[in-house]
Amino acid sequence: MAIQKRKAKFNRRSPIAAAIVLAAGLLLSGGGYAIASSAVAAEAAPNAADIAEGHKLFLANCASCHGKNAEGTQNAPSLIGVGAASVDFQVSTGRMPGAASGPQLEVKPVQFNASQTAKMAAYVASLAPGPAIPDASLIAANGDSTRGGELFRINCAMCHNAAGAGGALTQGKYAPNLMGANPKEIYEALITGPQNMPVFNDANLTPADKNDVITYLMFLESNPSPGGNELGNLGPVVEGLFVWLAVLGGIIGITVWLGAKSN
Amino acid sequence: MSTASNTQKKGGFLAGTANYLDERVGVAGILKEFGRKVFPDHWSFMLGEVALYSFLVLLLSGTFLTFWFQPSMAVVEYNGVFAPLKGAEMSIAYASTLDISFEVRGGLLMRQVHHWSALLFVAAAGLHMLRVFFTGAFRKPREINWVVGFALFVLGMAAGFTGYSLPDDLLSGNGLRIIDGMIKGLPVIGAYTSSLLFGGEFPGETIVARLYGLHILLVPALILIFIVIHLFMVVIHKHTHYSGPGRTDSNVVGYPLMPVYVAKAGGFFFLVFGVIMLVAATFTINPVWNYGGYDPSPVSAGTQPDWYIGFLDGALRLAPSHLEVVDAFGFTWAFNILLPMIVGVGLLAVVAVYPFIEGWVTGDKREHHVLDRPRNAPVRTAIGAAGVTFYAVLWAGASTDLIATNFKTSLNQVLTTMQISLFVLPVLAFWITKRACLALQRKDREIVLHGRESGRIVRLPHGEYVEVHEPLEEFELYKLVDFKAYQPTLARPNAQGKITIRARIRAGLSRFFFEDRIMPVTGSELEAAQHDHGPAIESQETKALH
Repeated sequence: MAIQKRKAKFNRRSPIAAAIVLAAGLLLSGGGYAIASSAVAAEAAPNAADIAEGHKLFLANCASCHGKNAEGTQNAPSLIGVGAASVDFQVSTGRMPGAASGPQLEVKPVQFNASQTAKMAAYVASLAPGPAIPDASLIAANGDSTRGGELFRINCAMCHNAAGAGGALTQGKYAPNLMGANPKEIYEALITGPQNMPVFNDANLTPADKNDVITYLMFLESNPSPGGNELGNLGPVVEGLFVWLAVLGGIIGITVWLGAKSN
Repeated sequence: MSTASNTQKKGGFLAGTANYLDERVGVAGILKEFGRKVFPDHWSFMLGEVALYSFLVLLLSGTFLTFWFQPSMAVVEYNGVFAPLKGAEMSIAYASTLDISFEVRGGLLMRQVHHWSALLFVAAAGLHMLRVFFTGAFRKPREINWVVGFALFVLGMAAGFTGYSLPDDLLSGNGLRIIDGMIKGLPVIGAYTSSLLFGGEFPGETIVARLYGLHILLVPALILIFIVIHLFMVVIHKHTHYSGPGRTDSNVVGYPLMPVYVAKAGGFFFLVFGVIMLVAATFTINPVWNYGGYDPSPVSAGTQPDWYIGFLDGALRLAPSHLEVVDAFGFTWAFNILLPMIVGVGLLAVVAVYPFIEGWVTGDKREHHVLDRPRNAPVRTAIGAAGVTFYAVLWAGASTDLIATNFKTSLNQVLTTMQISLFVLPVLAFWITKRACLALQRKDREIVLHGRESGRIVRLPHGEYVEVHEPLEEFELYKLVDFKAYQPTLARPNAQGKITIRARIRAGLSRFFFEDRIMPVTGSELEAAQHDHGPAIESQETKALH
């Protein structure tokens, strides 16, 4: 359901056809982003002063890796066109500025307050159009949780686990635990694809779909298991360890007690 | 029992009932026979009981669950109380599992009781097997009972697996898909077997109903029969006991069944039941509502089987990839699946036949009712440690992903480490355990011959310092000297004067088992040691004191 279908209707051998498609695509996507970012711009209203302030923060905290003009260096990618959503996600969750290069950026204590984060986001957004910070109406978590659960299992569970508990990827990379993530972070992660996560754009999962997924995750977060302690929601491995160490261990304690009484 | 005949004279309801039963089914004779059965007392003898009691809890809670569970894969729209699945299409099996969890009074508790006691059943049975193995309780006359116990362990795994797949949720469906893949990996018969089992292409529409039949009828019936045989053989053989004063291969030292063990075991049942209830009431197990109904397209990260199937899943994960041979002799040979299956089945087969191997190597046809201390059979203990290590690495292999994320390491490195560990660690475990056993035996010999170090240092008149060793009481000596040490046998020619390969293998194994050995202290050695050291130290001690 979230798989794009491509149909080759043009004669691909013609160079003109390819150029036309490319131009049309660029126009459409660029125009779309321009409209989207202008919509956000109207709401958040970053002025030139904010952008200048953001640039200063950027130069002081980010430029050593991302380059003075956010053009990227050997150590870090270019930020031109990543959009405000990406900056907001990485900085407000504490992933950026990165502490050390490694398989994946770790979540750590947040370094900037909301206003500073917004200014940096405004600066990066001013460089080129990119995904904007989602509007409150997109992340209201008031969608269909059944549909959200279904979408989550199909699109997300293979990395993040069916209960959102996270999972391992290759070479030290991992999909983090989603319990504790807020709707804005989830939406931003979906549209920017941070680190190893793929981008789920609006053609792939529509804003309504994304809201459904968020609704489902918020349900899981606010409704702990009715069966008691969840043991980290990590599944049968933890249950097996628990039965050996705690349950059987406790019962062995009882057997020793029963065996000792008679001596 | 004698009390029954006493009260009979006085009359009364109890006596009347006892007499009524005795006249019709000979209850006095049965009680006389069973009530006098003697069982030795030791905590490690109660592990099998834990498995038995978990099984009783399984029968009770399982019966409760059958009242509401519907093993059908027909599709319905869920309209229960669990919001994030409302309106979703799912099988009746999954919907009824959700109903048991959310709408049947006490249903979730019973589901959790059933699942926790299933995990406990196999765990307790496994630990009981380890106790039997390391104390040599499988030796003649109990070899067959070992095999019966082994069958119970495998049946426990079968019961667990068939039950795990019933809710038809995403997790169990993923597990079933792995089994389907393993079956299909079998050369020649794989595809046919899978097709027969699932009634067509996976997942089909019948597998839940079929597994349900196995889970509630065949497998529990077999377990029950094997438990009866197992316990019956315990009664025939009588229970083993640890060495100690007055304990020999021809007696059992302990307390009678009536009244001591009836009370004790009855109480223990309720303790085990209580622990299971407490855990089931406070800890979630298998939150099926999180997984959603089974749909063959999604696969969740962190999909694992229950612990007792973990070693097979681990074997699959640890197998090197790209071992498939496509189109050899007209078939595809999926060695990346066959190899782990051979390893898993091979490990179980070695466990099943071990008593016969050891019996053949020692050639010991005597009955053994006094248990070995693990250190007194160094090579057996070392083989056990190696086997446990091998199993443990396979088992840990089933959770490579969780190890990687929780200890912040690379999944690939964890996997490689485990692949190496699977071969290196058992060898290390064997060597370390054997050496440790021999060292402990040497220590025992030392203690028997020279007494226990008392920590008291005495200076002799000529300036020499000695530590006073306290000789052991005779009561304590039994434990340390009462064991048999075998010697390696040589390959002997048969009647035709030829040394057969069989004899050579046996001699080789015998050398492997008994080449390094510490002999138990003999009476004359003990006497000699006491003449040499005992009186001397004692006289010095008295000198020092006065």
